[in-house]
Amino acid sequence: MAAVTYDHVVKRYTADVTVVKDLNVDIKDKEFMVLVGPSGCGKSTALRMLAGLESITEGQIRIGDRVVNNVAAKDRDIAMVFQSYALYPHMSVYDNMAFPLQMQHMKKDEMDRRVKNASKILGLDPFLKRKPRALSGGQRQRVALGRAIVRSPKVFLLDEPLSNLDAKLRGQTRIELQKLHRELETTFIYVTHDQVEAMTMGDRIAIMNAGILQQVGTPGDVYDHPANLFVAGFIGTPTMNFVPVTTSDSTAKASGFEAKLPKSVPAGKGTLGFRPEALTDRQSADGSNLQMKVDVVERLGSDQYLYGQVGSDQVTARVDPRMKVAPGDTAQLGLDTRSIHLFDAESEVAFF
Amino acid sequence: MTVAAAAQPTTVAARFSPGWITQLLQRYMLHVVVIGLTVAWMLPTIGLLVSSFRPFALTKTSGWWTALSPLEFTLQNYTDVLDQSNLGQAFFNSFMVSVPATVIPVTIGAFAAYAFAWMKFPARNWIFLALVGLLAVPLQLTFVPVLSFYVNTLHWTTSNLENIGIPGLPWVPLWLAHAGYGLPFSIYLLANFFRALPSDLFESAEIDGAGTLTVFFRIILPLSVPALASLVIFQFLWVWNDLLVALIYVGGAPEVAPLTVNLADLTTSLGQGSNLLTSAAFFSMVVPLIVFLSLQRYFVRGILAGSVKG
Amino acid sequence: MDFSVLLQDIPTLLVVIIGVPAILAAYIVGGEFLVRRLPDKNRPQVRPWIWVGPALILVAGYLLLPAIGTIGQSFENNAGNWVGFNNYASQFADFPQGGAWVAIRNNVIFWLIFYTIFTLAFGLVLAVLFDRVRYESVVKSLIFMPMAISSVALGIIWIFMYQYSPTGESQVGTLNAIITFFHHDPVVWLQDQWPSDKFNLLNNLALIGAATWGITGFSMVILSAALKGIPGELLEAARVDGAGELTVFRRVIFPLMMPTIVVVGTTLVIFALKAFDVVYVMTGGNYNTDVLAFRMYEQLYTAGNSGHASAVAVILLIAVIPVLIFNLRQFRAVEARR
Repeated sequence: MAAVTYDHVVKRYTADVTVVKDLNVDIKDKEFMVLVGPSGCGKSTALRMLAGLESITEGQIRIGDRVVNNVAAKDRDIAMVFQSYALYPHMSVYDNMAFPLQMQHMKKDEMDRRVKNASKILGLDPFLKRKPRALSGGQRQRVALGRAIVRSPKVFLLDEPLSNLDAKLRGQTRIELQKLHRELETTFIYVTHDQVEAMTMGDRIAIMNAGILQQVGTPGDVYDHPANLFVAGFIGTPTMNFVPVTTSDSTAKASGFEAKLPKSVPAGKGTLGFRPEALTDRQSADGSNLQMKVDVVERLGSDQYLYGQVGSDQVTARVDPRMKVAPGDTAQLGLDTRSIHLFDAESEVAFF
Repeated sequence: MTVAAAAQPTTVAARFSPGWITQLLQRYMLHVVVIGLTVAWMLPTIGLLVSSFRPFALTKTSGWWTALSPLEFTLQNYTDVLDQSNLGQAFFNSFMVSVPATVIPVTIGAFAAYAFAWMKFPARNWIFLALVGLLAVPLQLTFVPVLSFYVNTLHWTTSNLENIGIPGLPWVPLWLAHAGYGLPFSIYLLANFFRALPSDLFESAEIDGAGTLTVFFRIILPLSVPALASLVIFQFLWVWNDLLVALIYVGGAPEVAPLTVNLADLTTSLGQGSNLLTSAAFFSMVVPLIVFLSLQRYFVRGILAGSVKG
Repeated sequence: MDFSVLLQDIPTLLVVIIGVPAILAAYIVGGEFLVRRLPDKNRPQVRPWIWVGPALILVAGYLLLPAIGTIGQSFENNAGNWVGFNNYASQFADFPQGGAWVAIRNNVIFWLIFYTIFTLAFGLVLAVLFDRVRYESVVKSLIFMPMAISSVALGIIWIFMYQYSPTGESQVGTLNAIITFFHHDPVVWLQDQWPSDKFNLLNNLALIGAATWGITGFSMVILSAALKGIPGELLEAARVDGAGELTVFRRVIFPLMMPTIVVVGTTLVIFALKAFDVVYVMTGGNYNTDVLAFRMYEQLYTAGNSGHASAVAVILLIAVIPVLIFNLRQFRAVEARR
């Protein structure tokens, strides 16, 4: 139970290979923080520096008040769940979970109590004598969690723990992990490339790209108020529509339509962003209506997505599933200008 | 008897069958050829085995294949060989040579392979490359200096070492030599195996607080049993069957010479007419054949792992 | 037999079986113990050397330094005086029958070519044939078995195969019995100088045949694994493309096995150049069947001339060097792909 602080942390392998650039994050005690980003963005390296598996080139990492830069991994009072689970194949489930406690030379009965406790929480009681290879993927994943739990660490690190599970199990495990977080009342730091996992589980999300932290915030924050073009495009499926526009005062002119902006901006070029759900078959109150030449229609039952051209731009709209529309039709759509975003063409930073 | 332990259940034959011969003819031909070749391959061994049970006088006048017509078998050759030569002693010596000469290079090789696979140190890759190069260096190149160092500098002759009176000591020169010669292969094989183990396991163990020794003894060694087993068999058979190295470093002194040296002496000193030769040859094969037949799958795995370096 | 020898020495055996591993374990535990006393910063610098140290010392002491020493010694006489290339000159004297010429010819022509090619060919044929029968593992074991026995025993087995009795007497050697059955005169396999005493292929082939018999299992096992590694779909694709079975073998199977054949081939070349035991046991290098390894042994022990012996060993090294370089290149190529 401790806060974690990344203070101007840099990881550099060679002079021109820097994988983490000046990372500053404050993770609160008992928080569920998700580090998310595309592969190679430095999120795993950030986690591994915290775990003590990689050295820190510059800056400080603190667990609580303690600077851990030069503390050995085993003395940081953390536990880590690996993507591959890293279960020792030659040890039984019980021994796998007991291993970290044996390393601490813990008394046998205390060790036994803790392992039994963890296995009860995770429903592993029937499998304690089995070897990992005799377990299903989901069970293995729980053993890996159990091995972390028994240590009652200050911080839990999870490195893509769900990516080896099938889709259905992943959904279940997401829920179980949140429950576990509530029960254990410990700081969780969770690395994933999957923005759905990030959005559903994190108290807060830290989005990274190319070694640089892009935005930290609650799931609602980053969804509704992305700080820049990258975050806007990374979070949400289907992805946000981006249309190049010329702005003057409070209108944005795209190739196929004009939109009223909620506030005035300096004249110039920019990128207009709006999520598919902002483009619907309901007419817009402020007259930001447009015509789409429909290329593809995707009916998902609860939703209907239209993919097509507006002017010379490719956009996606989410319309009422009862709307009758076929490829080749021209659809009349309305843009909800309350939830549009405008990004600077150069810096890609959001105006709003 | 499963050389093809790792073989896939379906054979290439199922997919690779000439259409221009009728299936039936082809199938019989195939079995005739396969079994014929195998029997031909075994003939030399069978011949010697049969001869070893025939009265010596008969083997000089008639071939082993006539053994059935005057059905005359004897154990005389075996009892003779056990009485006359130093075979019992040589047998014991072979064990005294082979066991430590296997344990030492495999253990030390495992230590080194661990460092090569999972530790960083200067010139690591260059040293490893040098070991790969040394795999091909003829041992002959090393005999003269090592021998002169043994004899002239250390005074490690068999009689000197015996006089010190520590059990096993007279074989130490041979153990160390076999260890030195066997190490490049054993490091090469084990380092490749260790390197293929998932790094997550070690990182996890590191976070759990396991030290270097714990990782080595409790994680790496248990996970490497297959590689270690094939290496042990390999090295054991190599040492047990070795003639040259033993000949050079301990020579023919009966109190230290292993079976191969003893046997080679029989061929040269008694000539080809000896009735002891056949039975002695089989005597020397007993241990390797037991090892081979019982642990064949590891042996084959080791061969595959060690040679497919391309 | 005096099994009493065995019994009374059992304590010795136990001391060795327990003592040797105990010393090794004590070394590494003690080494780690010392490393842990070092300051944090120095540990990662010292630790690897504790683990590789003994191996490096042994390899350096038994392979690297002696090899260098031998190269030096090949330029000295027994008294340790510098003699320049004299030792080499005496090895290369009196072409073609003197010096080391016969041994060189036997090694780098007869053994290298025939041993390697026979072994690869037999191995390939057996692997392909055995792959088509259900009792594959049994026949493979039987072919493989000679791998387990010593070359000395192998030599004895083949001495009996090659046994000769004069024409007219009953032949007890298997091979002579077979050829006399076909009304050919018996052959003195291990001494016959056919086709000429300057180019005695036959008795060398007899030795090579015996060695080939022993090693074929090795190449068969590896080639068979490579054969099984070829995906069946490839063969099917080739057949669908209209290739006949022979074409499938020539154009698909064989090229795909080529890398493995090359690897086995280089290993066999090294074996061929190092050949010793069979020659020592079966002919003692007589009748122009000398090889470099045997000549080196003879120069050292029979002639007691370590300078000459060293020169022969260096010649052997020079013969091996191309293979050694090839191996290193292969290894680096594989490492680069990692």
